[in-house]
Amino acid sequence: MENKEKDDNKSSRRGFLKLGAGLGAAAVASTLGSSLFSLSAAANSETGEKVKVLTTDGQLIEIDKAYIEKSKDTYISRDESHKGIPARKFVMVIDLSKCKNARKCVDACQEGHHLPHDHEWMRLYLLQESANTAPYWFPRPCFHCDNPMCVSVCPVGATYKRSDGIVLIDNERCIGCKFCMTGCPYSVRVFHWKAPSEEAKKEKYSPEKGFPAQEGTVGKCIFCPDMLRKGELPRCAQACPMGVIYFGDLVEDTVTNGTETIKFSDLVRDRGGYRYLESLGTEPSVYYLPPSTRQFPYERGLEGLDENIKDRYKNAIRSNNFSIDVDKSQKTK
Amino acid sequence: MEDKSILKEFAPQIEKTSIKWWVFFLIFFGMAWFGVYGLYTQIADGHIVTGMRDNVVWGVYIVNFIFFMGISYAGALISGVLHLFKTEWRKPIMRISEILTVVSLLIGPTFILFCIGRLDRLHFLMLHPRIQSPITWDVIAISTDIVGCFIFLYLSFIQDFAILRDYKELKLPNWRKKLYKTLALGYVNTPAQEKNIRRVKNVMAAMIIAIAVIVYSVLAWIFGVTLQPGWHSTIFGPYFVIAAVYSGSGILIILMYIFRKAYHLENYITKKHFVNIGIIMLIIAAFYGYFTFSDYLTKWYGSVKADKVLIDKLFTDFYWFFILSNYVGVLIPLIIMGIPKFRTINSITFAAVIAVLGLWLNRYLIIVPTLETPYLPIQDTREAWIHYSPTWVEGALTFGGIGLFACLFMLASKFVPIVSISELTEEDPQEEKYM
Repeated sequence: MENKEKDDNKSSRRGFLKLGAGLGAAAVASTLGSSLFSLSAAANSETGEKVKVLTTDGQLIEIDKAYIEKSKDTYISRDESHKGIPARKFVMVIDLSKCKNARKCVDACQEGHHLPHDHEWMRLYLLQESANTAPYWFPRPCFHCDNPMCVSVCPVGATYKRSDGIVLIDNERCIGCKFCMTGCPYSVRVFHWKAPSEEAKKEKYSPEKGFPAQEGTVGKCIFCPDMLRKGELPRCAQACPMGVIYFGDLVEDTVTNGTETIKFSDLVRDRGGYRYLESLGTEPSVYYLPPSTRQFPYERGLEGLDENIKDRYKNAIRSNNFSIDVDKSQKTK
Repeated sequence: MEDKSILKEFAPQIEKTSIKWWVFFLIFFGMAWFGVYGLYTQIADGHIVTGMRDNVVWGVYIVNFIFFMGISYAGALISGVLHLFKTEWRKPIMRISEILTVVSLLIGPTFILFCIGRLDRLHFLMLHPRIQSPITWDVIAISTDIVGCFIFLYLSFIQDFAILRDYKELKLPNWRKKLYKTLALGYVNTPAQEKNIRRVKNVMAAMIIAIAVIVYSVLAWIFGVTLQPGWHSTIFGPYFVIAAVYSGSGILIILMYIFRKAYHLENYITKKHFVNIGIIMLIIAAFYGYFTFSDYLTKWYGSVKADKVLIDKLFTDFYWFFILSNYVGVLIPLIIMGIPKFRTINSITFAAVIAVLGLWLNRYLIIVPTLETPYLPIQDTREAWIHYSPTWVEGALTFGGIGLFACLFMLASKFVPIVSISELTEEDPQEEKYM
């Protein structure tokens, strides 16, 4: 703990990013500059363990750990959800060289947003640009474009771009015309064909949580602003066992996958980062690192999958003439 | 009044209702109720009962929407353009084309409603409109078009209402006569009234042409402004307008054929009308074929990958659709109308049927294949969700729409003479010709 705190001290501005790895809770409160954490007024007995905290006016102070209390999850109303977290510009970097279709990001997203089994916000594509290039796994969240087609075409303002770069959907405004679904060139948006689960219905709706979404409206990946407000990484980034998904802030020029924190501009420069379908001019907030010096052959991504999931890639493999037999891939371990 | 003899001829059409009429009406009415049942199922069980899924989010409903909006063009074409040109032969078919416009304008937009997931929030389009969205453009344009076409239709009714009101021998219940009296708005055919109506009609005719072009362009831009392969095309606006006029003239010929038979209008709707509208259809068919060719040629000739994937799809999965809509649907009407020997009433009507069916398939080819070939190949989704095929609910609503279309048309033909009596009996004043 001592070491970690020192680390926080050095780069307290990056603190929030570190939290994804379970570090420095106090520093997070400071960087978010919000009232997520508050000093407890209750006179708890002091533990003698000191923690450094950055106040909202920028002073670094040291207090006893007992005085720190995690504030309750703040409910963000529909109106507030339009504003965005101040002084932030969120960005995601996906390292294609590490992805092996473990699908933990999909599961975590489904679970965290109470989505039905056939309603995925995160999708995994098996792409191959041309016959002589190598196939690779391609996780696709919402790109949270800076020039979002979906926002332009919405007739009722049910989807909007916030100051922190996040594109949200207000499911209580959405009329379900599906124009945004045809507008998005990345097939990101999905329709709520079913009513939300009983479990999801128990909670109060906020566009920042994305549930309980109503039947007949449109849903998509929302970069988990509820987690961001708590100073945690989005669910997919937390769940990825390979550390494929880096998440961070363009203002701070920093991204983290929970175990390693890197300067965003360095990462993109050194690894040749790019945005998918840049030519469309949608200005995505998601960057990809090319699948070079791969840690796994792509075939590994087909191992151990449920039959019904594996079936989803049959067409792709057939049409691309990949040198792999899907049905046998499980046996050739 | 000198028009008594004509009126006597048309009076039975609205006085008596044959058993045959009732049989057909009940069939169409049943179709409409089948549609209502389909709609009930869709509302009760949700959109999951349709064939639409996350990729193909728009299906037959949008195809029908564009199709019905397209046939409303007959009104703009015949009543608008021919009215301004003061073409003498247009008179017996004006009423049909004007009713066609209003009826199809009522049916078309309802199909868009079937695509909307939350019909209970429809009023949000008015409460929270965003002018950036082409759907808002559509709401404005279509509602303007409906109001405009309805006014134009009503203007052409007023003089007929007055004639029906003044015709004492009309065997109709009193409430109907009272209704005609109210609707005639005190029109007694003074020169000043007559002049006013004529002038307003001229202005409305010009406006309706403009509105119709705008409505259909806006409709095309719903697709054109998106980035999807196959939709993101600058030609879509004029292409849709041409296609609309094509289907509009086709439907008009079919309706002329039906009403000519049903109400024995052989003396009024003659071969000349079929040939004239057929020639308009011929010219439009040539334009339409040219636009289609031009659109697909540019997509096919280049090697943009997304376009290539789409074209490949059109020539594999949708091969017969493509052949029927873009070859047969253009060439058959061109051949039948292009060779004078072939121009009989029956063959012209056949050509019109082919054109209309081809047009419907063409709209299907614009909507569905594009949605099945997005930039990112459809993956990581249930296999059953990849290809679109309409379910019985969508079929029911389509038949319901056609049934309702026929019902409304049949009812309209019982309410006013299907041929405008006032137009037939009056000469266009020569000095006021606009063209």
